[in-house]
Amino acid sequence: MKKTYVIYNIAVVLVALLIALLIGAALFAVAGGNPITAYKVMLTEPLRGAFGVTETLVRAAPLMLVGVGVAVSFRSGILNIGGEGQILMGAVSGAFIGLSLPGLPKFLLVPLIFLAAFAGGALWGGIAGWLRAYLGVNEILSTVMLNYIAIQLYTYLLRAPLIDPQELAYGTGIPQTAQLTRNAWLERLIPGMRLHTGLIYAIIIAVLVYLLLWKTTLGYRMRVCGAEPLAARYAGMNVSRYLLLAMLLAGGLAGLAGAVELCGVHRRALEALSAGYGFSGIVVALFGGLHPLGIIPASALFGLLIVGADMMQRAVTIPAHIILAIQGLIILAVVSSALFITHRGIREKILGRFGWKEEVH
Amino acid sequence: MAEQIKLLEMKGITKRFPGVLACDSVDLELHAGEVLALLGENGAGKSSLMNILYGLYKQDSGQILINGSEVTFDSPLQAFTLGIGMVHQHFMLVPNLTVTENVALGLCHDRTFALNLGEVRRKIVDVSRKHGLAIHPDAFVWQLSVGEQQRVELVKALALGANLLIMDEPTAALTPQEADELLDLLRDMTKRECSVIFISHKLNEVRKVSDRVIVLRGGGKVYDGPTRELSDSELAGRMAGKELGQAAARAPQPLGEPVLDIVDLHARGDRGVKALNGVSFSVRKGEIFGLAGVSGNGQRELAEVVNGLRRVDSGNILLDGRDVANCSPLHIIGQGMGYIPENRIHEGTIPPFSIRENLILKDYDTDKMSVHCFLSMDKTRCFASDLISSFRIKTPDMETNCASLSGGNIQKVILAREITRNPKVLVAVYPIRGLDLGATENVHEQLLRISEAGTAVLLISEELDELLALCDRIGVIYEGRVMKVLEARKTDKQELGLLMAGVESPSEIESPSCPDERSIELEEVST
Repeated sequence: MKKTYVIYNIAVVLVALLIALLIGAALFAVAGGNPITAYKVMLTEPLRGAFGVTETLVRAAPLMLVGVGVAVSFRSGILNIGGEGQILMGAVSGAFIGLSLPGLPKFLLVPLIFLAAFAGGALWGGIAGWLRAYLGVNEILSTVMLNYIAIQLYTYLLRAPLIDPQELAYGTGIPQTAQLTRNAWLERLIPGMRLHTGLIYAIIIAVLVYLLLWKTTLGYRMRVCGAEPLAARYAGMNVSRYLLLAMLLAGGLAGLAGAVELCGVHRRALEALSAGYGFSGIVVALFGGLHPLGIIPASALFGLLIVGADMMQRAVTIPAHIILAIQGLIILAVVSSALFITHRGIREKILGRFGWKEEVH
Repeated sequence: MAEQIKLLEMKGITKRFPGVLACDSVDLELHAGEVLALLGENGAGKSSLMNILYGLYKQDSGQILINGSEVTFDSPLQAFTLGIGMVHQHFMLVPNLTVTENVALGLCHDRTFALNLGEVRRKIVDVSRKHGLAIHPDAFVWQLSVGEQQRVELVKALALGANLLIMDEPTAALTPQEADELLDLLRDMTKRECSVIFISHKLNEVRKVSDRVIVLRGGGKVYDGPTRELSDSELAGRMAGKELGQAAARAPQPLGEPVLDIVDLHARGDRGVKALNGVSFSVRKGEIFGLAGVSGNGQRELAEVVNGLRRVDSGNILLDGRDVANCSPLHIIGQGMGYIPENRIHEGTIPPFSIRENLILKDYDTDKMSVHCFLSMDKTRCFASDLISSFRIKTPDMETNCASLSGGNIQKVILAREITRNPKVLVAVYPIRGLDLGATENVHEQLLRISEAGTAVLLISEELDELLALCDRIGVIYEGRVMKVLEARKTDKQELGLLMAGVESPSEIESPSCPDERSIELEEVST
């Protein structure tokens, strides 16, 4: 019986995705492209060669980290919309360490950068978590607003204190830091491709977060606080503490996504470092059922969509930014489909059409 | 006002929910001036049938006729315009609106923008004065206790001027005196050509108020006839489908030392108003101590304070000799406190979590459940399956969500969790509210069992039958003070009921002037 539900839930989410893509087709038509070709290019072109596949996975790594962080916060009863700011704060903290300690050997420098990035993101998430836990400030408002602050702070740091000295010397003034030393780079997995070890770390971290949330007493506490704060208090849990902890973790994981982009892709902090991963990560988390093991494949799918959108832009001359609209549609569809999953009556009706019967207790 | 309902007929009403046949071709007939009692256990279909009549649900088949012509309801608004009012068992109130605004919800349908709250407020004051229902029109509903909310529901239906009133267990939260008054009021209303459908578990009330009774079981009608033709035990037998014995009467217990000692406790309620006003009593080892009172007199606050969930202003709570006032809930749990909360669904359990995960809620980080900081799947499974079988929790498996269990089974989950921890003190707040007879018996058995094993049980309840049958001693709480502690064997409902209404000494009422004094007391409550 349980198995039926799992299959049913997956089917519901996939149908929601399909509906979102259908509505998206109307957008393509408005933009003057052929939706069928556009989707065909978007969904198949990246899979035709090593380049597309590796680029998809390059995008998947930060999406996965942000998504897993979002899952931690959502499961603990706090809605973290601040991934974008947390990525940037993580990246800039990591860059600072990387630029300050260029002489360290790799086995020390990379972990230190990651640690700093985690701390930077955790600080940014923690502010919102603390405000919510102890002052009752709505975390959706605070995380969104903190995004703006983070973006401006980040830009300031890249334009003045941390700017690449060469940019000043040549007078070009592009807001970016100097390149990190080789010791700070993540290894590339395939020669000639950008795919790097960050993907492996991301998968390991996703699995660790799964174990944390579902197999440890700490994770149990966090989930109880998220699902029913009254019952958590009743059982002697300090709900505020776990809200704060959840936001520290969520922010830290987003910060790690920043570090992955920093050390794995760009090798310096630059303005367009995040590419909207903070928001796409929310889509990934919801699409993955707020479960780390669902988020791993979901992040690959959304990586595919992002890369596919770029390729489609070239093929049918529709701006790749349309993928943002499609992601928005997917969020709406997936969130709306939750009704079909949680409402027992509807579930039974639909399963009944396919010949399943639910037992009555 | 709506046309008077002279004759209501429901014919062959059938309603199906996924997997459940809630009503199985039920017929019902009601004449003006009649009180019809609807009896049945939880899940017998009473509420479904009434929700159909009230327009909340639509029947799958069958007809409703008023004064001989067929009517269909698509919404409660239509039922209301036809003169049908309902007081629900689960309150249909908006918590963050005031009492006045809640009543206004039913009155403001005719105009879109104009809303005369002063008018509504006056109406509420009129109705509550007329029927002696103490209610504060400007209080927010979330600030009210469950009992007070029930009163708001009553006032609401009465203020709307319905001439067919559906009452879903309306006396559950009232003192016996108030309940009697309400029953008289219902009787009065029928003289004015109103009719009442009265849903209750309480056979004595049904007998007192109703002319005719319909017994439902499993969605079907099993009896329809004059109330006086069946004895109480026959009625109960038809409801349950089998003869039920009285709850096992408590055998006299050798009582030990006081384990829970509450000394001059003061605390404030949600509104910042004093809720506990110097409560003192003690519960001894192996004793069941009952706390009787109309809800809203400080019971909720007392339970929360004792469990560390609300701050104590002054006073002591001695748990086995150690003061735990203002300690953290975790510390108090560690000292051997067990708690069956009033809000069994959202405080006692986590609905989206499995039964297994609910059963381990208080012991998840002990060696019994986990290894270092990892939850042990084997240990928790073993633990959960033991409890499911020893407490006879009806479920397909331990991974089923608590949300899909019935009220009685949810209470079994909580009892199982609390009792297996062998607490020194167990605080049980309204543990049988809303449960059917079978589930109630089960709760009572468990409470008796654990007290015989040496736990001191503090049973907060408003069911006097329950308190008298189970308890060794009964204290009566009124406006945040324990009025009196009585030996359960030496008291009766009459005495308890008067104490619950704030009448200090029962002798007062024997003097000729007593009715006035009592009404003064009640008026004070209302202000």
